[in-house]
Amino acid sequence: MTVTVRISDDALALACGADEVAAAFEKAGCTVERVSSWGMHWLEPLAEIDGVGYGPLTTDDVPAVLAGTSPLGIGPIADHPFIAPQQRFTFARAGKTRPLDLGDYATSGGWAGLRKAHDIGAEATIAEVTASGLRGRGGAGFPAGIKWTTVAKAKAAQKYVVCNADEGDSATFADRMVMEGDPFMLIEGMAIAAYAVGATRGYVYIRSEYPHAIAKMEAAVRACAHIIAPFVLEVRTGAGAYVCGEETSLLNSLEGKRGEVRAKPPLPALEGLFGKPTVVNNVLTLAAVPWILAHGGTAYAAVGFGRSKGTMPIQLAGNVKHGGLFEVGFGITLGELVNDIGGGTASGRPVRAVQVGGPLGAYHPPSDFHLPFDYESFAAADGLIGHAGLTVFDDTADMSAQARFAMAFCAAESCGKCTPCRIGSTRGVELIDRIRARAPRAADAVERLPQTHNARKGARTLAEEITLLEDLCETMKFGSLCALGGFTPYPVLSALKHWPEDFGAAVPAEAAE
Amino acid sequence: MERFADIVAAHAGREGALLPILHDVQAAFGHVPEEAERAIAAALNLSRAEVHGVVSFYHDFHAEADARPVLKLCRAEACQARGVEALAAALPEQNRVKVETVYCLGLCSVGPNAMAGGKVHARLDGAKLAALVESLA
Repeated sequence: MTVTVRISDDALALACGADEVAAAFEKAGCTVERVSSWGMHWLEPLAEIDGVGYGPLTTDDVPAVLAGTSPLGIGPIADHPFIAPQQRFTFARAGKTRPLDLGDYATSGGWAGLRKAHDIGAEATIAEVTASGLRGRGGAGFPAGIKWTTVAKAKAAQKYVVCNADEGDSATFADRMVMEGDPFMLIEGMAIAAYAVGATRGYVYIRSEYPHAIAKMEAAVRACAHIIAPFVLEVRTGAGAYVCGEETSLLNSLEGKRGEVRAKPPLPALEGLFGKPTVVNNVLTLAAVPWILAHGGTAYAAVGFGRSKGTMPIQLAGNVKHGGLFEVGFGITLGELVNDIGGGTASGRPVRAVQVGGPLGAYHPPSDFHLPFDYESFAAADGLIGHAGLTVFDDTADMSAQARFAMAFCAAESCGKCTPCRIGSTRGVELIDRIRARAPRAADAVERLPQTHNARKGARTLAEEITLLEDLCETMKFGSLCALGGFTPYPVLSALKHWPEDFGAAVPAEAAE
Repeated sequence: MERFADIVAAHAGREGALLPILHDVQAAFGHVPEEAERAIAAALNLSRAEVHGVVSFYHDFHAEADARPVLKLCRAEACQARGVEALAAALPEQNRVKVETVYCLGLCSVGPNAMAGGKVHARLDGAKLAALVESLA
C-alpha cells in the first residue's frame, strides 16, 4: 500500500518550497494530495501522513519522515496546541480538503448553506444573517444584514454582488487563504448574497499581487458555474493600487476608471457598481455566510464578545515565533494572541510593539495586552482591529521610523481625490523627517523679511514640531474622504503617544512607568 | 496596431473592460504604448486622456518599456519587522534586474518575501535574495 502524503499548495507553502518537497515524496513512491493549508505557517512546508504532521520540511528530510525517524514530527495535527483551541467556522476545511475538488467540498458540508437559503427564501435568509450579528470583516464592522436589507429593498433592474478581495494590508492573508484553500465556500457565500438581495451578477475583485488566488478562483468559478446559476460570477484583477480596497474606489476600478474614492452618500448599496444597487462585502464576510445559513444565525451569534459576534480569523505575522492563521471567537486578549498563541517574537527578543489592523492600525505597547479582541475595545483604546492582522515588532524597532513609513505609505498610495490625504501625507513625511533629524524648521528667506512682520523669525522648537504633527493628524483624521487618509494618523499618533522617546522627547515622569 | 485591435475585440461587450484590456496589453508588450492608448480609446469611446489617466493611476501599468526582469520585494510592515530593510540596503548594486518595492504579498508570517514571474519566495536572507536576483539576470 502506498503512503498518502498531504501537502498544501497554498502560495505561502509554495514560497517555502512545498512543490519541491511534494516532488520528493512522489519520487519516493508516495501518493501526494495537494490540500489547503492548516495555517501553521512556521511549520510550512508541512506534510501530513495519517493525521500526523511533519514540518518544516526540505527535500532532504523526506527519507527520515518515511522511515519514521524524523525529528520534525509534531504529532497529530488536530491536537496541536495551535490548532486545538481554535473555533474554526470559516476555516473548518483548512488543511483537510483539496481546494478545487467539488467532491471534497460537497462531502464536507458544501452547498448546504445555499440549499438552506433556497428552502427558506430570500427574506428569511437575510433574517438569518441579521440574527447572526455578522459584521463586515474588511475593517469597518458594518452589520452585513443591514447592508443586504438596503440592497434587497432597492428597486432596480440590475443588482450586483461584489466581493472585495483586494487584501492589501500588511499582516493580512486570511482572504488569500480562503480563496486558495476553500474557493467554493466564498462562491457559495456570494451566491447566497445574490439570491437574498436579488442580484444576478457578481464580481470578485482580487489584487494582482495574488496570482495564485486569481488562478484558483477562476478555476473554481468555472467548475461550479452550473451550481450557482442563474447567478453569474466573474473574477477581476486589480492593478496594484492599495486604495482599491476601499469599496467606492474598488467600484470605480471595476468600472474601468481610476481607482479614486467616491464621496458617500450615495451609498454603494443604493448606487454602487455602474450606479446600480450593490452589495460590497469582504471575502471573510461572504465566506462566513454559508456556515451561518447551514447552522443558523443564533448558533453563530452564540460565539463572540459584546457586539462582536462570531469568530474572527486572526492573522499572526511579522516578528512572531508561531505565525499563521488563528480563528477564534472575539474576546481573546491581545496578550494571549501574541505571547501564548504566537509564542512571542521569532527573534527571541522582547516585544516592543504590535500593530493591529494593518498599515492603518495603531501600534500597541505590551501595556495594552489586556485588551480583548473586539471592535469596541480597540476603538476605545485609540486603535482598530481592521482585518485582524497583527504585526509583531521586537525591541529593535524604531517607532518614529514606523510613523514615517505610515505617512510615506499613505503618500505612495493616496488616490489624490482629497487634499488632507494627498498633501497631508507628504507634509507628514517631511515633518517626521525633521523631528527624527532633530532639525526643526527655521524661518525661510521670505519669513525673515522685515515686511512679513507677522511671520515668526526664529526656528520652531521640537515640541512645536510635534504639536504640528498632532494637528496634521487631526486634519487628516477628520478631513479625509476615506480610511486611507483618515486612519493613517492611527499608527502615527499611537507611536508618538507610546514611544515619545523615539521622537526625541524627554520621557515625562508619569509616562515613564 | 492590429494586435491592439485583437486584444480589444477579445473583451468586446464586457462591463468595465478597460482594466482587463490594459492587463492584456501590459502582459503582451511589457508596457502600454501610446498607440495602444489611442486604439483602446477609440474602441471604448473614451478620450485618450481618460485611458492615459487610468494607465498612470495604477502601479501595474507602465507607459515606458523596460525589458529587464522584475523582482518584487515586499517592504511592508510585516516584512520590515522581519528585517527586509537591512536586506534591501545590503543588496549589491546592479542594473540587470529591476528590483521593485511591493506592499504586501500576503505571506506576512514568513517574510522577507519576494515575487518574480508569478513565483513567490519566502524566508529570504541576504544570500538568498542576492542569489535570486542573480538567477533572474
